[in-house]
Amino acid sequence: MITTDILIIGAGPTGLFTVFEAGLLKLKCHLIDALPQIGGQCSEIYPKKPIYDIPAYPEILAGDLSDKLMEQIKSFEPTFTLGERADTIEKLEDGTFIVTTNKGTKHKAPVVAIAGGLGSFEPRKPPIEGIANYEDKGVAYMIKDPEVYRDKKVVIAGGGDSALDWSIFLTDIAKEVTLVHRRNEFRGALDSVDKVQELKDAGKINLITPAEVTGIAGENKVEGVVITKKGEEQYTLPCDNFIPLFGLSPKLGPIGNWGLEIEKNAIVVNNALDYQTNIEGIYAIGDVNTYPGKLKLILCGFHEATLMCQSAYKRIHPGKKYVMKYTTVGGVQGFDGTKKEAPKAVIKAIN
Amino acid sequence: MENNDITLNITDREGVLHTIDAPTDMAMNIMEVVRAYEIAPEGTIGICGGMAMCASCQCYVTSDHELPEKEDAEEAMLAEAFHVEDNSRLGCQIPITPELDGLAITLAPEEL
Repeated sequence: MITTDILIIGAGPTGLFTVFEAGLLKLKCHLIDALPQIGGQCSEIYPKKPIYDIPAYPEILAGDLSDKLMEQIKSFEPTFTLGERADTIEKLEDGTFIVTTNKGTKHKAPVVAIAGGLGSFEPRKPPIEGIANYEDKGVAYMIKDPEVYRDKKVVIAGGGDSALDWSIFLTDIAKEVTLVHRRNEFRGALDSVDKVQELKDAGKINLITPAEVTGIAGENKVEGVVITKKGEEQYTLPCDNFIPLFGLSPKLGPIGNWGLEIEKNAIVVNNALDYQTNIEGIYAIGDVNTYPGKLKLILCGFHEATLMCQSAYKRIHPGKKYVMKYTTVGGVQGFDGTKKEAPKAVIKAIN
Repeated sequence: MENNDITLNITDREGVLHTIDAPTDMAMNIMEVVRAYEIAPEGTIGICGGMAMCASCQCYVTSDHELPEKEDAEEAMLAEAFHVEDNSRLGCQIPITPELDGLAITLAPEEL
């Protein structure tokens, strides 16, 4: 069991900055994120794109913003559960919470801050009739263990890097690799596109373009996929596995079932007080929340995180008095023993 | 004051037609107009914020207006999107300009 003061769900910019504001109040944080890396949308969707409305940064790349935030919170020693999705929450009698991930990792904290952005990033599932019935019976939306495909006939669909890279990788393992893409052009890294061309010419990858997989055939498991090419007759291509790789998209997911008030695909909070939800002790900050006048901006997430931490402090230390202190005055005392502080004024007499 | 609005005919995901006024002087695009008028539920459109990096604002253009050419990012996203037809476009990549007056579009189904 991982225990902490504030359990943050979502390691995007808002979640990361929460660690700093909590640290100033001597509260420790642990973060859970479904993605294998920190940064949330900033690292998953647009790491190389510039942001122009972070105060005092006329321009900063989204990926660099994540790096800077990590640097800023380093001394507060945040800990992480990455690549796992927060699935269930349980409120104990003493008011603390247990959050369990899809992999069974348990976390305990008196305060939960949902900084989940647009939700957890899940593979995009193509709208093929009955596809859900074949999940884990030959259909997979991500490749966890390539050995599963040894000596199998595999069909991959998609035109991005993961479709290309896995097609290349599986040629050494699978009996047969077919890549189906709707266009003749691929948008993956040039190296990968060239490599697929090479493997196609060598007869190691069966490339079907422009085409789509529009159906799945088989009794209880995948035995073939239906290939549709414009202007041609559909046909069924025999195979053992079908792997649609169309990237990730965010879904609110299991958090939607935690008993929180949801509106417009976001969690309703008490406007501008402390961003607490309808469940005491659970806060929602950043893009994941909604209230009258809400703006989904990183800078608004930072503000919400700051107010939320003050409220969390009062919840964790109900008897203690505290007034907010400027970092310029109080400095930043890390949990790792480091201390940053403004240089003291020097007084010297002139004789 | 000069009127800078144009009229758009937008059919929502339930098949309901909305005839709305859209400003040409606010640097808005079709995705943003759909959100502003709440023609699709918040959280189901414009998920990436207009970067052509999701396909939640995909629409089918049903009038014969001349539209700006697709740039690479839009082409790439449409190559990976679902429910794509020949007249598919990403609403976020189409700015509201006077030439679009009377444009008719239908929103593509939401990806589940």
